[in-house]
Amino acid sequence: MTVDAPALTSERLVLRTEHVTKEFGGLVAVSDVSFELPSRSIVSLIGPNGAGKTTLFNMLTGLYKPTSGRIVLGERNITRARPDVITSLGVARTFQNIRLFGAMSALENVMIGRHSRMRAGLFGSIVRPPWVRREEREVRDRAAELLDYVGVRQSQFGQGAAQLSYGDQRRVEIARALASEPTVLLLDEPTAGMNPQESQALTDFMRKLRDELTLTILLIEHDMKVVMGVSERVTVLDHGEKIAEGPPAEVRASPRVIEAYLGKDPTDPPPTT
Amino acid sequence: MSEEMPGPPEPADKIGELIVRARRLTTTLRGRRDAIRKRLPRRTGSVFVAVLIAAGFVLPLFFSQTSGFLEATLISLAYVVMALGLNVVVGFAGLLDLGYVAFYAIGAYCMAWFGSDFFFKEHIHVLVSGIAAHEIGIHLNFVLILIAAAIICSLMGMLIGLPTLRLRGDYIAIVTLAFGEIITVLAVNGTSIGLGGGQTLTNGAQGISALDEPYFPGIGSFNLLKLRPYYWLIYVIVLLVLFVNLRLRDSRLGRAWVALREDEVAAVSMGIPLVRTKLKAYSIGAAFGGISGVFLGAYYTDVNSDYFQFTFSIFVLAMIIVGGLGSIWGAVVGALLLSYINYYLIPDVINSIPHDFGLNFNLTTLSYGIFGFLLVLVMVLRPQGLVPERRRRLELTGAIAAEDSQLVEVQE
Repeated sequence: MTVDAPALTSERLVLRTEHVTKEFGGLVAVSDVSFELPSRSIVSLIGPNGAGKTTLFNMLTGLYKPTSGRIVLGERNITRARPDVITSLGVARTFQNIRLFGAMSALENVMIGRHSRMRAGLFGSIVRPPWVRREEREVRDRAAELLDYVGVRQSQFGQGAAQLSYGDQRRVEIARALASEPTVLLLDEPTAGMNPQESQALTDFMRKLRDELTLTILLIEHDMKVVMGVSERVTVLDHGEKIAEGPPAEVRASPRVIEAYLGKDPTDPPPTT
Repeated sequence: MSEEMPGPPEPADKIGELIVRARRLTTTLRGRRDAIRKRLPRRTGSVFVAVLIAAGFVLPLFFSQTSGFLEATLISLAYVVMALGLNVVVGFAGLLDLGYVAFYAIGAYCMAWFGSDFFFKEHIHVLVSGIAAHEIGIHLNFVLILIAAAIICSLMGMLIGLPTLRLRGDYIAIVTLAFGEIITVLAVNGTSIGLGGGQTLTNGAQGISALDEPYFPGIGSFNLLKLRPYYWLIYVIVLLVLFVNLRLRDSRLGRAWVALREDEVAAVSMGIPLVRTKLKAYSIGAAFGGISGVFLGAYYTDVNSDYFQFTFSIFVLAMIIVGGLGSIWGAVVGALLLSYINYYLIPDVINSIPHDFGLNFNLTTLSYGIFGFLLVLVMVLRPQGLVPERRRRLELTGAIAAEDSQLVEVQE
């Protein structure tokens, strides 16, 4: 056991799935997938298009309920929990096709992310006692801090989210996810549409997030450079099934992974195992 | 631009040019307004609002106690309350509600049930004076009826909200429309719904009449020959409802509504509880509708099932669309504009114009045509409404695609 790659068993697990399956009618999108997310790790989820990566994300965040299997966050079974409950328990996410609230400013978008950490209800919102005023002020300040942290210029804070540049929209979405004070951050193709420099910057930023905010990060990623560069572990899905798992170098060498990505060589003898 | 174009410019171009010019003018004016704002002392805004509120209070003193304009004004203010309520549901939360008439009806019936001799076997009197204090029936103080109606309507609002939670857009509209129809049919056929001992639920098209006049200890009873107190009453209600709306808009709850409206999947993923947040929108919108219903019931002094028609829901919806969906001041402007046109301009001012041209009809028969035309005009020239919501303004300049918004599986 080396210091660089500690054994999984010695780590605390923050999130794990046990034999999770999701069927849509007759279509099995995710089939019997078990995997674990060790605390403060960066794990990549890869696989060809349609492999079930986003479906798995949607189950982890409560948007879909698994057909069978269990999802456990820390000690708690969240298999059938509502999305907002899962968020308040510390799982936040971004979306593959950025989903900001277009009619709101960048700042308000991030303030929404803090919803689950606020207390003001109907009565508090109308009467607005001092503690609600304080809460509003703190949330606003915190949202500004986060926008600053992810690298959005101050001049953009009041801009409508729909008018921000693509890069800024991605940044605002990360800030919005961070606003809920997550312990686990799920990033769905965060580098989509980025050039190599931007991807590199984001890779560095993910490490920074993990270290400074003690986050655990699970990302869906197609850019192999990012995957190999940032992740400690890689899980590969194909046709809804987990076909490989392990350190990046090991996964990259796996024949099944190569087959899933490049297709099977028809001259190969059939596998004997 | 006309250099390459052969022939005289099309009329459409002229309209286009007018629109461009109007936009340019708005931009210049906005720039000037901002410049002026910068030079004004810091308190100017609140002083202006205070003056405006005071002006509203003294307005009826310039009209006679029985003035037709004053009557139109106080009815318009009741519609402002309705529009503000519907704006919470449709404008803020984006839940297209076509059955809003239900809450007008429930509010008005609350006034009838708790402020007349309709329940003839009861003898309940709470803080009422005059005839109401001795008559048979249930007679509660006006404020108590307001509170009761607000509570009953907010519960009914949640009830209608429940079956729509799994639905979206047009489907919500259909369910709410049906709900509105159920309530209006209940109002008509309430005569056949016996509550025992000859007591029925409503009095159908015959109506429940002679509702109590609002009474306030220390101020006295209202009297229909004097409209000013009615005006002040609804004015105070408008101010309260306006205050609640403004507070809600810039609150945790208001932001959550807009987030749900914009993108439900993203909103729930950011920790917004879908069911609770939507039901709050329904219940608040319904409560305002009920409050307005109580006032109108008391003002008309009777509650008749004929008052509650589907067109009423559309009328209020048109107000907030003309004003600008989601915009509080838009709802106020839209409600005032349309109800003044309906209750003052058409019947009192321009009604007989066709006769001046030798035509034998009144303009009141055309009022729906006039409204339709106005609505089309607004949609073409100013689709964002007369006073657009700030948030929507941010959006209209750019567009964000929210595809596969069918993602959430609501399981509760």
